[in-house]
Amino acid sequence: MVRKRRVVVTGLGVATPLGIGIEPFWDALIQKRSGIRRIGAFDPSGLAARIAGELPPFSLRDFIPKSYRKNAKVMSRDIMIAVVCAYLAVKDADLATKCIIERGEATGPPNLDSRRFGANIGAGLICADLHELAGALATAADNDRNFSLAKWGAEGMDNLTPLWLLKFLPNMLACHVTIVHDAQAPSNTITCAEAASHLAIGEAYRTIARDDADVCICGGAESKINPMAIIRPQLWGRLNTDDNDAPERASRPFGAHRRGMVAAEGGGLVILESLDHAHKRGARIYAEVVGFGAGAGTESWSKPDSKGRGLSLAIRNALADAGATHEGIDLVAPFGCGTIEHDAAEMAAWNEVFGSRLDDVYAITTRGAIGNNGAGSGAIDFAAMVTALQHNTAPPSLNTENLDPTCRFRFVQDDPIDADITQAISVGYALAGAQNAALVIRRYQE
Amino acid sequence: MERRVVITGMGWVTPLGHDIEVVWQCMLAGESGIAPTTLFDARTFPSSFAAEVKSFSLEQFLKSDADKHRGASRNTQFALAAAVTAWENAGLAQYMGLDPTRVGVYLGGGEGPIDFDPCAAAALAGCLDENGELTPLDTVKWAQAAARLFDSTCELQQDPNMAGGHLAVQFNAQGPNLNTLTACAASTQAIGEATRVILYGDADMMISGGTHSMIHPLGITGFNRLTALSTRNDEYSTASRPFDRTRDGFVVGEGAAIVVLEELEHARRRDARILAEIVGFGSTADAFRITDIHEEGRGAIAAMQAALDDAGLTTADIDYISTHGTGTEENDKIETLAIRRLFGDRADKVPVSSIKSMIGHMIAAAGAAELITCVLAIRDGVIPPTTNYSTPDPNCDLDCVPNKARNCEVRTVLSNSFGFGGQNDTLIIRALSRRL
Repeated sequence: MVRKRRVVVTGLGVATPLGIGIEPFWDALIQKRSGIRRIGAFDPSGLAARIAGELPPFSLRDFIPKSYRKNAKVMSRDIMIAVVCAYLAVKDADLATKCIIERGEATGPPNLDSRRFGANIGAGLICADLHELAGALATAADNDRNFSLAKWGAEGMDNLTPLWLLKFLPNMLACHVTIVHDAQAPSNTITCAEAASHLAIGEAYRTIARDDADVCICGGAESKINPMAIIRPQLWGRLNTDDNDAPERASRPFGAHRRGMVAAEGGGLVILESLDHAHKRGARIYAEVVGFGAGAGTESWSKPDSKGRGLSLAIRNALADAGATHEGIDLVAPFGCGTIEHDAAEMAAWNEVFGSRLDDVYAITTRGAIGNNGAGSGAIDFAAMVTALQHNTAPPSLNTENLDPTCRFRFVQDDPIDADITQAISVGYALAGAQNAALVIRRYQE
Repeated sequence: MERRVVITGMGWVTPLGHDIEVVWQCMLAGESGIAPTTLFDARTFPSSFAAEVKSFSLEQFLKSDADKHRGASRNTQFALAAAVTAWENAGLAQYMGLDPTRVGVYLGGGEGPIDFDPCAAAALAGCLDENGELTPLDTVKWAQAAARLFDSTCELQQDPNMAGGHLAVQFNAQGPNLNTLTACAASTQAIGEATRVILYGDADMMISGGTHSMIHPLGITGFNRLTALSTRNDEYSTASRPFDRTRDGFVVGEGAAIVVLEELEHARRRDARILAEIVGFGSTADAFRITDIHEEGRGAIAAMQAALDDAGLTTADIDYISTHGTGTEENDKIETLAIRRLFGDRADKVPVSSIKSMIGHMIAAAGAAELITCVLAIRDGVIPPTTNYSTPDPNCDLDCVPNKARNCEVRTVLSNSFGFGGQNDTLIIRALSRRL
């Protein structure tokens, strides 16, 4: 029989365009700030979409031991974001991991067993650093200014650093995080686009529940701030290319006049822990994870299901896993990517399961403020949901004033509202590829 | 009642062919699927050969259904073909009794091959000035060229979760759908995690395994820059030499391997043929270094031990180890050390082998292909060889079943996969116990 241990959330670490760390992020949500602006990392004027959600500046050395700094050269941006989130999550949970001890911020020994410390991290298709790759490829031009594969094979490729590939393997987020914090137990990397974080958190929840680990660091991270990562969704017609002059208004989840998504970067890693382990070390408990569900749309591999069927199944599975019904949910956290068809499919899924209950429960979406953070989106949303529950507060959701007529979500537009939140649900889904997942949390009670 | 997970169907697309029995006979005969690279002109590359999938067309497997998957990338096509084979092998083609919400997908699917030609052309457009001189990348010029050159479907197909989406559509599999990409360990991890999904009760059937193709200019570039590949361009057919002292790196392969995993009672209710039971899974991180395996095989030992614990077995129960056995200096040495440390005296009594000697390294798909050979080894009582073995290495002194397949009773098999960055996954399967 599979043992089902109780699992709680004891730490939150996020890096978002609104701020790095759960407090700055939450404060900015409450203050209705926007993290979307004109792209600063490179000159975007050749692109149709020239706005994005970029992280505020940070210094990696604030998040790793001194001995690890040399490894920064094999980190893509996605990896750095994960490493930042990991530090923040571990600190927030008051875990004295190898990293924290080596940084002199806690005295050893570690207050957890590395062999019972796992990682489930969602990652995206990590985009090669375009400056590095294009610069190297261009050295293989022939006399007619065409690319010569023969020249590339013979000498051009030597312009890439020997460890080049290791920057872009999706599992490197988890590898760096597990090395820095010495997490030796079950380790997995989920690559399911915007559904990745939910699937990773759900898998970590199951891992602890069945007693294969005591603590898991889980969530996801991704950066789409790269010309290559922007041009892809631009070619698919998913990006808002109409509102480059009004970036803070450009991401309008479920909006009547939504024009597509805004690319972004960011991530979140959270600490899940068995209730026993959390009690033994006297950890602060944010919430209990009580439900996880997944499902797939089977109508199309490239488009959202017209009725949101994979997502509605994921929601129903998560509620059933929690032993709850939609009547017992006090806060819903839809994804809200902002394209016409994805939002329509998502609304169909929620409407099918929740019906008129959606009129009564508060809803929150972070997309309007931070854009689409790819594989990192779900963990950021999860952290926002946990914080809303912790504070009994429904925060405002930016750019939700003028909603689609079929949208029943009860978003807060102005000041945050005090609300009794004992049980909440958040979802994530891949924009293409059919993956959907949902997570239910509950206020912790003995 | 305790749930158990069994394999009821298998299919693959490999460098030695696409039929389970034909490929298996090729392996037992020690054939090589390695040849000069044809997917692109690799003649000037440090490694100009690979284990490519040959004579493949999706229509051959999917018939008219292939239309539903127009635009699918090479690795997604492999996955579809292998999955259709596995589905039929499991007796599901005509079966109407499935609850689609209880059928899921968990793949170790690699990223789709990058569209290299437009990518290179856009790079030149962004980096060369009017006189053809190299300049720092002009992102404006690059973006204008890329918007003109890139094909949106091709870009979409690079996402590693796409193969899983195609399988969901093809088989109406509405249950949990996941993709893991833990480098070379991905499909072993996928099968282990899919087993857990069924054990936990989140599904009754999972289509699992892996698919990958990195035989494209950037894939080979990445591995060549890491100096991970064999460069025996003149001896390509014998270049993959796991556990041999003359080994000089792995040979990139491609393909897909898919299994149908099923809860035991579910399989019995529909009278499915049960091929083997998945009894143990272990997953660990070295948590050591990005570039090196832990010198003492800490993570590998822990993964094998975790799988044994999960199965309630000891090393005395293991009849055969299907190794990761890549043919790199470091992997084979440390895998040998790890097996020695864990198995003690028994290490010399357990045959170990690496089919990578014949089909190369299918990267994310490798572990699933190896697991299929483990099932066949149990069924037929024969262990596939490690070919190209000629020079013993004192650091790799296990019984690696050199060059010739070996008949012996095989009931319980341990299969290892290790990924870059220190990802370790081990599966244990066995013939279904008669007592139950």
